[in-house]
Amino acid sequence: MAPGGAEACYHPKILERHVKETILLPTDAAWTPSRSRNPVLAFFLRHPTFVFGSGVLAILTAVSIGAPLLTGYDPIELNIAHKLRPPSGEHLFGTDAFGRDVFSRTLYGGRVSLVVGICVAFLSTLVGCVIGLLSGYFRRLDGIVMRVMDGLMAIPGILLAIAMMALLRANIAVLIIAITIPDIPRVVRLVRSVVLTIREQPYVEAAVSVGTKFPRMLFKHILPNTIPPIIVQATYIFAHAVLLEAYLSFLGVGTPPEIPSWGNIIAEGRLYVQIAFWSILFPGLFLGMMVLSINILGDGLRDMLDPRIARKM
Amino acid sequence: MWAFIIRRVFATIPVMLVVAVVVFLLLRLSPGDPAVLIAGDHATTQDIEQIRIRLGLDKPLLVQFLQWLWGILQGDLGTSVFNNRPVLDLIAQRLEPTISIAILTMSFAIVLAIPLGIIAAWKVDTWIDRAIMVFAVAGFSFPVFLIAYLLVFGFALEWSFLPVQGYRQMVDGFVPFIRHLILPSVALGLVYTALLARMTRSTVIEVLNEDYIRTARAKGLGMDAVLLGHALKNAAVPIVTTIGVGIAHLIGGVVVTESVFAIPGIGRLTIDAVLQRDYPVIQGVILVASFVYVLINLVIDISYTLLDPRVRY
Repeated sequence: MAPGGAEACYHPKILERHVKETILLPTDAAWTPSRSRNPVLAFFLRHPTFVFGSGVLAILTAVSIGAPLLTGYDPIELNIAHKLRPPSGEHLFGTDAFGRDVFSRTLYGGRVSLVVGICVAFLSTLVGCVIGLLSGYFRRLDGIVMRVMDGLMAIPGILLAIAMMALLRANIAVLIIAITIPDIPRVVRLVRSVVLTIREQPYVEAAVSVGTKFPRMLFKHILPNTIPPIIVQATYIFAHAVLLEAYLSFLGVGTPPEIPSWGNIIAEGRLYVQIAFWSILFPGLFLGMMVLSINILGDGLRDMLDPRIARKM
Repeated sequence: MWAFIIRRVFATIPVMLVVAVVVFLLLRLSPGDPAVLIAGDHATTQDIEQIRIRLGLDKPLLVQFLQWLWGILQGDLGTSVFNNRPVLDLIAQRLEPTISIAILTMSFAIVLAIPLGIIAAWKVDTWIDRAIMVFAVAGFSFPVFLIAYLLVFGFALEWSFLPVQGYRQMVDGFVPFIRHLILPSVALGLVYTALLARMTRSTVIEVLNEDYIRTARAKGLGMDAVLLGHALKNAAVPIVTTIGVGIAHLIGGVVVTESVFAIPGIGRLTIDAVLQRDYPVIQGVILVASFVYVLINLVIDISYTLLDPRVRY
């Protein structure tokens, strides 16, 4: 958040307009008309990063979900006779050491990344929001919570996740929790800083003076202000979680090896880096494209929700 | 100033205490008996009992924690379950490669990122800025192992220009030592450069919007004079902060990079410890990594008082 600019940016009126203008844009008839007659084109010209990011992400999501329609190969079926074949018309991305179709594995692998990424973004936002709101609102809680968050932030996330994966049974749910926990402090800090700014606002004072009760205060007046920055932060956490899942799987402590995830495919392909580079290259490119598109989407959302800080971050 | 430094040093104590509690509880919170977990699948009841007594697991939780903490304060991080050697020695043995990669990566990134960030800020909203920002967002979106394998494929396999993997100690000759570190450091350095360039750009842009920059421009100074004479000096502090925050990212990246290039550093130690269920080693690595992170950020915070004459405490 931009120092100084924050107060004005998150004023409810401005915020309301931003959210209407942006999040609700495609369905919102009351949107200010643009000079261009074609609304789709106008939106694209105004928010090219957002459109590009969400477009690429949508394509990647579609091909992962629709994988059975796009490939006839089973991602886990072994076919030793066809092992280590280079990319061709038959096997678009070639085959791996067990003769499995890399194209099929790559498409299916996107599902793991999406599930892990979305779950981590959702969970860390939810938990971080609750802690951040309470911590920002109740001063007595604040000191303790912030020390705990500082401590958690000091632990490199990947090491904490590795340790948790080592201790618990390796499955996707545990993996999601292991990636979520190091991300929570980031949300808490963000939400808390917004709450601290908001609670100094005159309208909050006014609400207090007319006797607004605490839950209503929190949900009606404070929570809405935290939403735009949280959406942006959740997008970055999504991107980071997809990357971390791949790193953990690559290191052999992530998604169980029998499930094709991009990290797992690359981890298996590394033994054949010299003779079958395609089994590293293609899943790696898909992974990079997905993380890139989510990051760009985050940048686009940030620019849309808060043009004032857009240039700065 | 001294009062600030002393206060800042003391402020690290609660943070490290939280880290210690988290690391300690990690093993205790896991479902099942830690002694059984450590002993592995083929242990007899006697083995488990022995481990329980050796680790002090038969005592109350608080006593265990205080004993463990007391040991850490005296430099005793426990002994490896796998080969009975002190954890601190195991970590010390693996420090050379990890620190070498970290230093080379940082140097590479700083030399490349800061000029890139400054140029982007200077030429903001031109195609130069856009190109640098596209590189930056791509740099931290693409997984470090993909960049690493592309480098390996190009420089090591195709041209046999540099070694594919492995590590040579510095005492065995400086040239082989450096040759083995170039690819890992460049791969990781590109990711880190992207992050740092983005941060540098936003910081410089923010400084360029300050009133004193307008004053300097108004009195007739050229843009380059303002940039070099006024803006950079003031942007230095936030840039240095970014370098400190980036250390956490760096540690994660080092783990993955070491794995790609089969370098026997801290990352390899961690992964081996996970595979062998060597919990004292995992705990030790997390503690040391967090300590390094806290220490570096402490040094950076203190260096503010030297870098920025406005900061007075």
